[in-house]
Order: sequence, then C-alpha cells, then structure tokens
Amino acid sequence: MSTMIKMVRSFATVAAIAAATPALAAGDAPHIEREQWSFSGPFGFFDRGQVQRGFKVYQEVCASCHGLRQVAFRNLADYGGPSFTEDQAKQIASEYTVVDGPNSDGDMYDRPGILADKFPSPFPNEEAARASNGGAYPPDFSLLAKARAGHRGFPWFVFDAFTQYQEQGPDYIYALLTSYPEENPACLGEDFSGYYNPKFLGGSVTAEECAHEHLTGGPIGMAPPLSEEIVEYTDGTPMTVDQYARDVSAFMMWAAEPHLEERKKIGFRVMIFLIFFAGLLYFTKKKIWSNVDH
Amino acid sequence: MAGHSNYVPQSAAAKWLESRLPVISLVRGSFVDFPTPKNLNYWWAFGGILFFVLIAQIITGIVLAMHYTPNAGLAFDSVEHIMRDVNFGWMLRYLHTNGASMFFIAVYIHIFRGLYYGSYKAPREISWILGVIIFLIMMGTAFMGYVLPWGQMSFWGATVITNLFSAIPMVGDAIRTWLWGGFAVDNATLNRFFSLHYLLPFMIFGVVILHVWAFHTTGNNNPTGVQPKTKQDTIPFHPYYTVKDLFAIVVFMIFFSWFAFYVPNYMGHPDNYIEANPLVTPAHIVPEWYFLPFYAILRAVPDKLGGVVAMFGAIAILFVLPWLDTSKVRSGTYRPLFKQFFWIFALNAVALGYLGAMPAEGTYVLLARICTIYYFAHFLIILPMLGFLEKPRPVPTSISEAVLKSGSGKPAGATAAPETK
Repeated sequence: MSTMIKMVRSFATVAAIAAATPALAAGDAPHIEREQWSFSGPFGFFDRGQVQRGFKVYQEVCASCHGLRQVAFRNLADYGGPSFTEDQAKQIASEYTVVDGPNSDGDMYDRPGILADKFPSPFPNEEAARASNGGAYPPDFSLLAKARAGHRGFPWFVFDAFTQYQEQGPDYIYALLTSYPEENPACLGEDFSGYYNPKFLGGSVTAEECAHEHLTGGPIGMAPPLSEEIVEYTDGTPMTVDQYARDVSAFMMWAAEPHLEERKKIGFRVMIFLIFFAGLLYFTKKKIWSNVDH
Repeated sequence: MAGHSNYVPQSAAAKWLESRLPVISLVRGSFVDFPTPKNLNYWWAFGGILFFVLIAQIITGIVLAMHYTPNAGLAFDSVEHIMRDVNFGWMLRYLHTNGASMFFIAVYIHIFRGLYYGSYKAPREISWILGVIIFLIMMGTAFMGYVLPWGQMSFWGATVITNLFSAIPMVGDAIRTWLWGGFAVDNATLNRFFSLHYLLPFMIFGVVILHVWAFHTTGNNNPTGVQPKTKQDTIPFHPYYTVKDLFAIVVFMIFFSWFAFYVPNYMGHPDNYIEANPLVTPAHIVPEWYFLPFYAILRAVPDKLGGVVAMFGAIAILFVLPWLDTSKVRSGTYRPLFKQFFWIFALNAVALGYLGAMPAEGTYVLLARICTIYYFAHFLIILPMLGFLEKPRPVPTSISEAVLKSGSGKPAGATAAPETK
C-alpha cells in the first residue's frame, strides 16, 4: 500500500490532496452476501410492486437527505419500472415543488412539478448538504446502485462473467441497511458518538484499540434509517427492516438502470438470432469448403 | 493488391470505369480473387473480427457523439442522458464501451497468433510493425475514450497517465501542461481528448489499409509457415474465407452480446458512475483491464522515469522483434522449445495483468518485478538464443504436403477447426 500511496503522491497534481488520501486500513474488506433479486439473470425483470414499495420507502425515509436528480417524474410511468399510470405519475410530480423561471418580471418562482421535471434535490448544493448532515454528504441515488460494489477478488470475478452477476450494488445497499449493530463496538470507546456499520465501504476503523478486533467497514455519517413499520405498506407485505431494505435496493437498481428489463429482453432475442445465424453460416461454410483439402 | 485479379470488365460501364480508375480490379484482387493459403485455421479469423469491431466502434461512436457533450460540467450528465433518454442510447453506449474491451480481446489473440506462427518474420516485418502502430493508436484511443464519461476513474486515470509524461527530464512539465491545455486535468483536457478520440479511429483505419496492403503483397502467413509454392496451396479469398470469417465474426458477436446485454458493467469500474471530483482521490486508481499488464510493468520499476521507460519499452520492443528472433523456422508448430517458451510468455503476460490490478505492496511488487524481467528476457535473451540452441522438427516442403500428410486436415499443433473433416 505504501508504494501505491507514494505513486499517487508523486503522480497527483495536488500533493496535499493526494497526501490526505486515506490509506485503506489493512483490515478485512466487508463480505457482501449475494441476495436473490427478480432482476438478476438473463430473464431478470423488476417486480412492479417491489419497485413501487421501494419508491415509497425512498420518498418517506431517504428523500429528505438523498437526491434522485437524474430521474424524471415521467420515468415513473415508463415501461420496466414502477409502472405507475401517467395520471399517478402526474399526481406524484404535482406533490413536489420545482423552482422555475425567470418569469417576465425576471424572478424565479415555485410551481408544482410536472412529468417533464426531474426530482428536485433536497439540498441546493454539496455544502448545504454537508452543513445539514454533520459534515457528511448524502450521495445522490440516481446511480448509486451501479457506483458501489464489494470487492470480489480472484477467482470469483471470473465466475461472475458466466453467472451474469451484476447485482453487487443492490447487494451492498441491502447489506449496509440491514447490518447496523445494536451497539457500537466497545473498542471505539465512550467518546465515539457516531454510527458504525460493518459493511460500509467508504470508511475504516482507525482506532488502535480496535486493531485486534478485525472490524470490517467503519464509521458512517448516516444513522440507521430503517426501523420496523416506519413506512406503511398497504398490500400486506411485511413491514420489516429486511423487507424495506430489499425494496429500496430494488428501487435504486431501477433508478440506476431504468432500461434493464428492455436490455435483457432485447439481448435474449439478439442471442437467439445470432446463434441461429451462426448455425446457418456453419453449414454454408462446410458446404463451400467440402471440395478443399485443408 | 490489384495484381491478383484476373478480372476482365465485361459491361461498357465497367470498362469505362476500369480504364479510368481500376477500383473494381483492386477490390477483386484484394478481397475476391486474392490467393489465400488453404490451411488457415480459426486463429486467422481475428483479422476479420478486428475489422468488424473497428467498423462497429466507428458507427456506434459517431451516433454517440451526436448526443454527447464534451464539457467538464456537462459530460457526465450527457452520458446519463444517453443512457436514459436517447432511444436505444443505452444499447449504443454499452456496445461502444464493451466494444473497446472486445477490440482488445481480439487484438491480443491476433498478436499472440502472430507470435506463435512467426508472422513477424521476413518478409512480413512491415505488416508486423504496422500492426504494432495500430496497437499503439488503439491504446491512445481507448485511453482517451475512457476519459469522456468524466467519472472518477476517467478523471484520475487521466491524471495518473498524463502525469507520466512529467517524468521526461527537462521538458516533462512543459509537455504535461501542453497535454492538459492548462495546469490540471480539466475542461481543456476533456475537449482535446474528445477531438482526438474522434480522429484516431480514422487513423487506425488508414493504417489498417496499409497493414492489409503489406501482407497482401507478401501473401498471408499460414500455420506451417511455409510460403505457398503452387496453385494447389492457395484458394481464392471469396467465397472460402469470406464465409469462414463471417462465421467467426458471428460467433464473436455472440460473445460480445453476452457482455453488452447481460453484464454490461462487468469490465467497467463502479467508481466511474461517480462524477469526476478533483478533490476526492479514489482509494485505488486502476486502469481498464487491457492496460493492466503495462501498468504492472510501470509500477514494478521503483523509479518513476524508469517505470515509464519500461512501460513504453514493453511495446517498443515489439517493433524490433523481427530481428530478435534468430530462428530460420517461422511456425512455432515445428519449434519444440519455442512452443514451451511461448506458453510461458503468455502465462507471464496474464500474470502481469493480474498483478496490475493488485495493490503495489509486499509480494505483489516482487512478483511484478520478476514477471517484468521475464517479459523482456523473452525477447532479449530467449528468442535470440533459441535460434541457435533449438533443433526444429522437419518443416513440410509445401502447404499441400502438410495438409495431406496430417490426414486430419491440419498441421499437428495447429488449433482444431471444429468443422475439419
């Protein structure tokens, strides 16, 4: 690691920033379990009910800190997502306030959202977000399910290409949301007033007292966001932390990859066509070459 | 190229055109009547596959450029606009990003085929050198293309690689500033990378034409390495190799589609879905997989300038390979010792790729150094010496003899062609 840091130091333009790069603690990387998802595999699809429930969790729990700036309200009614009707999507949009303008007086003004608008972010900028969250910056949700992944390592990453494992993101989000311990590890000391998550990839435990505890993950700015019955499900789905975490992870996967279902469907047709075409070419080739000794 | 055509224009229009610009006989001489050794195995199909991938990259790239915005403040969101709002934009982008990986998979196989069968040896040195030039331009193109989405790995990869040039004594810093168009990787850098990323593929196309021209002048190499002697040794390119290459291209498309449609982000890095941020350095800056062996060589040398020299030297040494290999026998099929060293070299290259992805610490550094030394030793010590030490097996007198003698229809050691009788 030290050589790596040295490399970064000598290569990076801003030496001070490079020097401040946190050294990855030599501790163990969190192990992220592989979960079952409706959208995995060649025939994967989004469970409409699940994505709608996940959206509800997002709206009622996450949205006060986390933005969704790449997603438009119209997307809520698109094929392959939560699949709300257009009227429902319009209704949802109208519940948001969007800043528009300038009007003919040159002033910006508030108006209800319409389908063409994207989700307004909870904070005007990163500084405002940090100021409201004790210095932590809650990342935007639009791409998070593709921007996070646990380390797979050899030989697992080789198998992943064959088993079509592309759900590292939602697996990680689910693991993070369901792994907050009841109490912080004792070795962090009495003074530690933050939150600790053993699956968190964005931090590490640096306290010397913890050196022999082999703690994975690290301190995290986000308090445990989910608790039993925090969001009301009306379809009889159990209102547990586990279920909420699964649903919001599925929703985030859709937000990050809204054309996943279409992609897999088209992919299957492409495969069938290509295999059939290759078969025809194989026999054509055999026929043409039949008079050549080679 | 045109010399191989026995085309005689029949219609009045064809006669008119042919007497002014002999383009019909040029194309016929190169891709229809061209006499091709009849014993080429499927490793030879990767030339055609590469041509297909180049064209596919150019087409998807031109359409993507219609929707992309090369501006540091807008680039990341414009890629998301392509992924979300452009009709089939996700397909274009996934085909293009995975197409880059496919390009390198095919080119590495193509290069190793040339290494095994001695395709770099006289009289094909120019074809080989042009191929190395194509490989270099490809690497530049791919590197600059990876910067365009303006994600974290785009930005920091560009920072690390452009900083390499500052290792050049005296003028290093000036060159780096000139490359950046400023004093850091920023909007000016993104703009010029976009411009060059659009330009270089057409330069590749031009050098590809020269590459084909060169080996059509000398004739293709073949698995025996023996030059065709009689008409029985060759067959016209069309229909024999058009159909064989097309079959291989479609099989390759199946492989390509698996990645583009089912695991499109497998060969990417999750950090590149985070917008570039000059204030946050990723914990591990890793280049794209196809650069990893060279990245390992760069990091294996403890000195910065030395590392840069070693990395570029690893490619530069390929230019002089035709004169480093002293063996009179072309094809590895008839070289029992070379064959073993070839596979050790291939394994060594894969090991370098693995080490390039690992953090540069502890045992990894030591292993990377051993592999780097072996990489150069293969070219500078093993290949020159093998020519004197090795006793090659007898080489067939002609392609036809090799084909008839082996009975199975292929020279021993050549890769199986599944349809072979």
